[in-house]
Amino acid sequence: MKKLSARRRHPLAALVVLLLALACTGGLYAAFAPADKAQADETAQSLAIEEGKKLYAVGCASCHGTGGQGTTDGPSLVGVGAAAVDFQVGTGRMPAQQPGAQVPRKKVIYSQAEIDQLAAYVASLGAGPAVPSEEKYGPEGADTAKGGELFRTNCAQCHNFTGKGGALTHGKYAPTLEDVDPKHIYEAMQTGPQNMPSFPDTTLSEQNKKDIIAYLDAVNGDDTVDPGGLSLGGLGPVSEGLFGWIFGLGACIAVAVWVAARTAKAKKS
Amino acid sequence: MSSQDIPEENLPAEQGGTHVPKPADEKNPFADPGLPPHEHRIQDIDERAAKRSERTVALLFTVSMLATIGFIASFVAIPHDKSIYVWPLGHINAMNLALGLTLGVALFTIGAGAVHWARTLMSDEEVADERHPIEASPEVRAKVHADFKQGAKESVIGRRKLIRNTMLGALTLVPLSGVVLLRDLGPLPGTKLRHTLWSKGKLLVNMNTNEPMRPSDIAVGSLTFAKPEGLEEHDHGFQNEIAKAALMIIRLEPEAIKDKRELEWSHEGIVAYSKICTHVGCPISLYEQQTHHALCPCHQSTFDLADGARVIFGPAGHALPQLRIGVNDEGYLEALSDFEEPVGPAFWERG
Repeated sequence: MKKLSARRRHPLAALVVLLLALACTGGLYAAFAPADKAQADETAQSLAIEEGKKLYAVGCASCHGTGGQGTTDGPSLVGVGAAAVDFQVGTGRMPAQQPGAQVPRKKVIYSQAEIDQLAAYVASLGAGPAVPSEEKYGPEGADTAKGGELFRTNCAQCHNFTGKGGALTHGKYAPTLEDVDPKHIYEAMQTGPQNMPSFPDTTLSEQNKKDIIAYLDAVNGDDTVDPGGLSLGGLGPVSEGLFGWIFGLGACIAVAVWVAARTAKAKKS
Repeated sequence: MSSQDIPEENLPAEQGGTHVPKPADEKNPFADPGLPPHEHRIQDIDERAAKRSERTVALLFTVSMLATIGFIASFVAIPHDKSIYVWPLGHINAMNLALGLTLGVALFTIGAGAVHWARTLMSDEEVADERHPIEASPEVRAKVHADFKQGAKESVIGRRKLIRNTMLGALTLVPLSGVVLLRDLGPLPGTKLRHTLWSKGKLLVNMNTNEPMRPSDIAVGSLTFAKPEGLEEHDHGFQNEIAKAALMIIRLEPEAIKDKRELEWSHEGIVAYSKICTHVGCPISLYEQQTHHALCPCHQSTFDLADGARVIFGPAGHALPQLRIGVNDEGYLEALSDFEEPVGPAFWERG
């Protein structure tokens, strides 16, 4: 600063300040100038892509390559679509913390606006499934019973009958579907994140997906009634058997030992 | 009580009956200590304590009666779909909870009353019951032998050989009727295990949409389940047929397929494998789209679907059978033949 302030009376100083001010004004104008009405949407879209590209360069490019072409550390993002980005970033899986068997769900670090910008950029790299609108995964017009059938056919083998999740090979696992946003469930079926196979609309229709989401809400929602109570993780006979053997049988043994340990004799020996 | 100031083990048995302690001698080097002295319970001495115990037992039995009445009342009174929140059980069906609690109390108090009754009021005198030799006395044995000989002689079985031989024949043949009945356990499986509903020209029908599929419907990395055309879920014998015919349809990049035969039997990277594990026949569909592994949930057999469904882990004995598929004139996926080998677990005659 000292160097700068020493030259403030230089004959060219005024010129430099003037040029800087001009550049600033011009830049600001360029950024905020109202676009033509016909191009408004396109411009908003291209703005989002621009912003998304910047976010991408900072947060994603080190693994997925500067143009989304993929590297040895991350797959290509060409053609994965906005739905994949909305799922991966919206559930906190991306950006990944470290390589490993599976990238876990964690705290989301981007705002929804930033996620939309990233999604717009990645969608611009190649056509892919778009982020579903709310009527696609909402509860209206869904058949819960049919959803249960579809879930048991297509999903239950990995995610358990009521979506509690389960183990796969080599440290991979199918995550629990409790507390997952219906939108993200829809996107996961559509895009097949990580090792999950995809279930595109051509083989599992939009209505099918809606039914599955309604079923999950019925068995896993906040006000789901568990007729027996104490579901023990909903894992079926494994946890129930363990509970029965340890606590049920344990209580019987404890009572038997207690009864036999106390003598009924008048003289305590 | 007389024994209060003397250590118990030094006392002689108070009422051993015929059982008295024997000192060690040359034949029995270990002394028989006899039975410890009998001790009384408060209830044996104090009538008021006995009355108290009686009242306790009666109270337990009464609680059981009330709980049973409560069980019936909750069955009648509580609507079967009413749910309540109970910590730590969560949202739970009110009637189930009430029925469980009342029935539990009713059964437990019967047991507790019986135990208390036996421990405090029933006689607890120790009784020694000596063992006896199980061998019969020589007289009894001699009599039984004599009776048997007498009976054999009187039945003339030794003299009338015809009777003896025909009786032996009859007794030998009678069990045969039981053996013949075992035939009704059939019919024998025949070649049923070797064939499925698949045959040349049968369309692959998506189990979700119940529609035949085109190759363009199936994306790389997707997983679809298929059944043969004409098999409907409400058909008689659907379960028996789908248990053999169930298919897992996946699509790989053709260059990712390592097995030559798998590539030949696929269509543009679309491969169809039997969904039935070759170990014990569980439906196997835990498909990982990046590794192309399919994992069986029952015993963790793992198959590499990019390499002819080779077994790469677990107890399965052989690869999953692949179905040869192609496309018909209308552009739908169809089977080109039945499975070339029996699907599912191995069996004795499989070869």
